[in-house]
Amino acid sequence: MSDTDKIDAVLDRHRRDGTRLMQILREIQEQIGWLSPATLTRVAAAVGWPRAEVSGTASFYSFFHKRPRGRYCVLWSDNITDRMLGNADLMDAMCKKLWLEPGRVSEDGLVSVNTTSCTGMCDQGPALLVNYRAVTRMTQARLGEMVGLIRNETPVAEWPAEWFEVEDNIRRKDILLAHDLVPGQALSAALERGPEEMLAEIKAARLRGRGGAGFSTGLKWEACRNAAGSGDNPAHYVVCNADEGEPGTFKDRVLLTSYADLVFEGMSIAGLVVGASSGLLYLRGEYRYLLEPLESALATRREANLLGKNILGSDFEFDIEIHLGAGAYICGEESALIESLEGKPGRPRIRPPFPVTNGYLGQPTTVNNVETLAASCLIAAHGSEWYAQHGTEKSTGTKLLSVSGDCERPGIYEYPYGVTVRQVLEDCGATDSQAVQNSGPSGVCVAEAEFGRRISFEDLPTAGAFMIFDETRDMFEVARNFAHFFAHESCGFCTPCRVGTTLVRNMMDKIARQHGSPYDIDELFKLHRLMQGASHCGLGNSACNPVFDTLNKFRPAYERRLQSLDYEPAFDLDAALSQARQMTGRDDAAAHLATHLPNGAET
Amino acid sequence: MNAINIFQLDGEDIPFRQGQTIMQAATRHGTYIPHLCWHPDFSPYGSCKLCTVKVNGRFGSACTMEAQPGMEVENRTAELDDKRRTLLQMFFVEGNHFCPSCEKSGGCTLQATAYELKMMSPHFDMFYPDRPVDASHPDILLDFNRCIMCGLCVAASREVDGKNVFAMGGRGLLGRRVHVSSESGKLADTDFAVTDRAASICPVGVILKKRKGFAVPIGERKYDLAPISEQVKESTP
Repeated sequence: MSDTDKIDAVLDRHRRDGTRLMQILREIQEQIGWLSPATLTRVAAAVGWPRAEVSGTASFYSFFHKRPRGRYCVLWSDNITDRMLGNADLMDAMCKKLWLEPGRVSEDGLVSVNTTSCTGMCDQGPALLVNYRAVTRMTQARLGEMVGLIRNETPVAEWPAEWFEVEDNIRRKDILLAHDLVPGQALSAALERGPEEMLAEIKAARLRGRGGAGFSTGLKWEACRNAAGSGDNPAHYVVCNADEGEPGTFKDRVLLTSYADLVFEGMSIAGLVVGASSGLLYLRGEYRYLLEPLESALATRREANLLGKNILGSDFEFDIEIHLGAGAYICGEESALIESLEGKPGRPRIRPPFPVTNGYLGQPTTVNNVETLAASCLIAAHGSEWYAQHGTEKSTGTKLLSVSGDCERPGIYEYPYGVTVRQVLEDCGATDSQAVQNSGPSGVCVAEAEFGRRISFEDLPTAGAFMIFDETRDMFEVARNFAHFFAHESCGFCTPCRVGTTLVRNMMDKIARQHGSPYDIDELFKLHRLMQGASHCGLGNSACNPVFDTLNKFRPAYERRLQSLDYEPAFDLDAALSQARQMTGRDDAAAHLATHLPNGAET
Repeated sequence: MNAINIFQLDGEDIPFRQGQTIMQAATRHGTYIPHLCWHPDFSPYGSCKLCTVKVNGRFGSACTMEAQPGMEVENRTAELDDKRRTLLQMFFVEGNHFCPSCEKSGGCTLQATAYELKMMSPHFDMFYPDRPVDASHPDILLDFNRCIMCGLCVAASREVDGKNVFAMGGRGLLGRRVHVSSESGKLADTDFAVTDRAASICPVGVILKKRKGFAVPIGERKYDLAPISEQVKESTP
């Protein structure tokens, strides 16, 4: 089959529908390796979109390649937890063995090695993606073997299966993870209640969104239910946000691996309540390996009459489709996620209007976190009174924490809301802890003096990340890793975030190179104040949080790097001259060759 | 006019119609709110954030926020103008803006706004991005070094010209740019025409008509005549 035949087959399978562009591009790339200019022209013509828009989408997502990529594309997860497990040395060793520079495809087109944002394997790192398949627990031994397999061009499908094993690592179960529901039980309870009563139960249970913001699920569903569809194809939609991109978060991965029925059932209950017959699950591209298992779980549910028409003998009709993302953290923002579902770059929309009235395809849409939807099953089956007994007054139920970093037992811990940070640290075997990054880079950095604080919407809200740093860790380097993350993930739409995240990254690199001064610290505060108020969405608003928190709580980590108390320029004459010196063959110490590429700085 | 439909902008009463944004109402009233990506002829885009105002104590974009009766909006305060200056500096360092050699000088919204807000230097280290120039079209030069990602050419080509010659794509500081709708990426390979609305919409010096450079003498250029804050108009002539 020729490449154009393959492209046309993919296009036909997706009915040449431009709103399915993400899936079209991914499937084409999976088959023919990359998205050439001619491919994009062919796709644009087929879906009837301006070519520039197709190209705009293709170039937005990190996992789409508009230039030929290596036949083996290795991407090292570069979260701070991977760093702490030694990913930098491993990646360096891999590049040396393969005679490669990071980010460059080898001359023979065989392989490229680079970093990528957190792949959600923090409890079993260092992790990487090879041709977008997740690999966990990398070691020097595995590395040597992997390089051999790449050199011999052994297909990834024939690599040792244990490399691709992903553990659940569930360490503590509570009402959600220890549930005893059978598939269909919660849904039939919901059908028995009917949509109005089910909505009332959700509201009475005071369920709040588990994605971090904590908006009332009942109010969201009610607003969506009450909004009228519009246009030629009026409809309501349920979207499950499984774009778990916040570094340090991996609880949705576990729910989708071992509790998929609960998630799908929650989506169905949401569909019943809001009056939707269609649900979409947006799965982050890093979890591509879950696509087939999830598809087969859906097929099983269809066979059991839990999806499709006349579900469980009622007149309720509902089905679910899975869409894959392609490496863009911003798509975790609900309106950016909807843009992506429509085949566009993941740029957060102007709000209002909100998705509950104008969401997917302009129709009323409820976007809920994986964990929120799973929790709704417990409320359907056991009622709001039972559910609200767990947790605290304003934070009912339980929360899954993705625990990683410096502890003996990283993994998934489910607690009733209200648990203290100290309790979690004790349970996971963390000793000499210096800080916890709660809810990921966009959350709060909690210092030792605050370990008595409670995980709850009243005190420490969280999307689930719980990264632990013991006293040997350098909190400045933690913040610098996060600054690089935000600069890489900013969508680039609004000025304060597009430019600000890069300015912050550069300033952190300047301080790391020991060129910083108190002047730079003041500049960081100034950028924080600007970005927090003026950015278009939550990414820019929270991008300086880790810098701000560590500056306030771990100031010495910054100050011992400051060279002078006055202004220091970022410009370094020796660094500027080093490239020329290298070209003349100099390699003595006075040539300062090492300074010419700042450690960890993006080029 | 319904007497209730009034909000306060820096203490001044601004009347508005239901559904108008703060920017629309202020513009109709002749009051200047600094902005770059907003244009009265097009729906708001909301990317430049220069029109950030404080509404009842909270930050918001004047171009996207609907006016409500009784709102108290801060606009030209020291705090907000300071933030705007920083945003302008961000524009100046992320692109390659060299006013003395730019034929848009004197008629450039970015330059005029920087003068208005008394931006004295770019302040941050320059990024010096590598952005190629597209001179392929017989009548038009595209110099993306000056692009401020306002999206106006995209909107004009789509909504007025019905051509979709441009789209914003890519991600982040290095990736985000205007994409030209041709396989080569060149403007010559599109149906773009010098008479298109998109050919004259660019607020900075990206989309330039060839053989027309420096047509207006220094001293008589648009913003030589009056500062940008005194040229508030509801529609373009």
